[in-house]
Amino acid sequence: MKTTVPIIIAFCSGFIMIITFFLNPERGFIGRLEPEVLNWVTIVGGFTLLLGVVSIVRINYGAIKRKSENRGYKLATLIAVFAMAIPAMLPTGMSPLLGTQPGSIYDWLFNNLDAPMMSTMFAMLAFYIASAAFRAFRARNTEATLLLTTAVLVMLWRIPMGEIFLNSIHHSLPGMINTYVMSGANMAVQRGIIIGAALGAAAMSLRILLGIERTYMGK
Amino acid sequence: MNFAALTGRTFAIPALILLLILLADFADAQAVINEVTPDSASQITPAAPLFRFDRFNALAIMVIFSIVILIYTRWARAGRNLFIRKINGLDEVEEAVGRATEMGKPVLFIPGLQELDEIETIAGISILGRVARVTARYGTPLMVPVRYPMVLAAGQEVVEQAYIEAGNPDAYNKDIVRYVAGEQFAFTATVNGIMMRERPATNIYMGAFFAESLLLAETGNAAGSIQIAGTAQPAQLPFFVAACDYTLMGEELYAASAYLSREPLLLGGLKGQDWMKLLLIVLIVIGIVLISFGLGNWYVSLFTSV
Repeated sequence: MKTTVPIIIAFCSGFIMIITFFLNPERGFIGRLEPEVLNWVTIVGGFTLLLGVVSIVRINYGAIKRKSENRGYKLATLIAVFAMAIPAMLPTGMSPLLGTQPGSIYDWLFNNLDAPMMSTMFAMLAFYIASAAFRAFRARNTEATLLLTTAVLVMLWRIPMGEIFLNSIHHSLPGMINTYVMSGANMAVQRGIIIGAALGAAAMSLRILLGIERTYMGK
Repeated sequence: MNFAALTGRTFAIPALILLLILLADFADAQAVINEVTPDSASQITPAAPLFRFDRFNALAIMVIFSIVILIYTRWARAGRNLFIRKINGLDEVEEAVGRATEMGKPVLFIPGLQELDEIETIAGISILGRVARVTARYGTPLMVPVRYPMVLAAGQEVVEQAYIEAGNPDAYNKDIVRYVAGEQFAFTATVNGIMMRERPATNIYMGAFFAESLLLAETGNAAGSIQIAGTAQPAQLPFFVAACDYTLMGEELYAASAYLSREPLLLGGLKGQDWMKLLLIVLIVIGIVLISFGLGNWYVSLFTSV
């Protein structure tokens, strides 16, 4: 029963989504079912949010209580969770600082702390790319040398100064890199991976739909 | 419950209900047609057809694909020997967990950064079950930070089941799978912090990853962990290839659960998928030839009307 009911739910939900793809939403009940099913996903997701809050509070509070080594971080996490959530949930009528509208505490924390920290994390990617590229582009063997040469050509093609340099060698060189490297070899490989992944996803979906694949339930 | 029973008994009732709803829809449409009188007929504007004929090509491909998969699944069930090529990244999972056990350090598993309604996340959760079985068997600590509460619930269920099946239910702790943050980079910062503080011996990334892929993989590399990654996001694959020891590319991620379990029914699906790929290659080659000779416009239209 513990396995059969989820399999039936998965089959019905998946079957509805497939059928509605081929039916006109203006006609009939089934055609209009797709947005309904997607709404159910949102509703279930909303309820599970409570699970996330419980998990984050339990783990961090437990670490603080045990006086673990990194309890400072745990305390900062808990303060951040409640400082963002509580003022946002209280009604705006009590004070203009409450709620999520511009000028509220939530809005100030989001714009002045959350957003800059997210941007900082994203900006750090540049340094990570540099360190990964340094390791990946070492000319250890023939394949690695080929990769290095291709990468240098593409990087030169991408920057204005590099394009001027490539043009000075031969005027058609930037166009050739675009045609043969980016739109040729690169795109062909990417499409191959995308087609393979799409088939894999479709096959797995079919296995889940028919109840053959049950590993996502721990079986 | 075997396959025949599944397709026959379990799905009979819901399939019947869906069929009845579909028939009711047709009956409803017929009732509207019956109400039409010669006077009112001139005022009727043509309604959109019930079936979307512009998507017939997708339906045809889907039907062929389903038939091929089901044929191979039946053959696998009948005991046919099916060859599946070696996937190094998956073979190394047990080795990597063994290394963590020897070092007395934890294994970190990330099932991607997407919701549970994405097939990549489901594939990641499936692999998590297999990894959790190995960690349960060896008594190795496991950490699974997640970004969405629904993934948290599914992950906890899968890991608990794995610990029970491995005969080590006492080692299961609800906090193995933990919700850390809903924001993409807040999640990344937390996981990077875990990597640098706890120094896991093995990091396994299986699922959908985006801009954070290199932030995670490079930090894991700096922490000296063995890293195995798998994703179907083509843009993130180069980052994982550069920073991880083993990388599963695209379809290998979806093949992982079948490959690790070696269950004939699941392997049958993989073989069916390979045949479908061969069919697509043939269709692409035919298209290239027809287009090269200027005869392919009708052929292209067969695939582009969706």
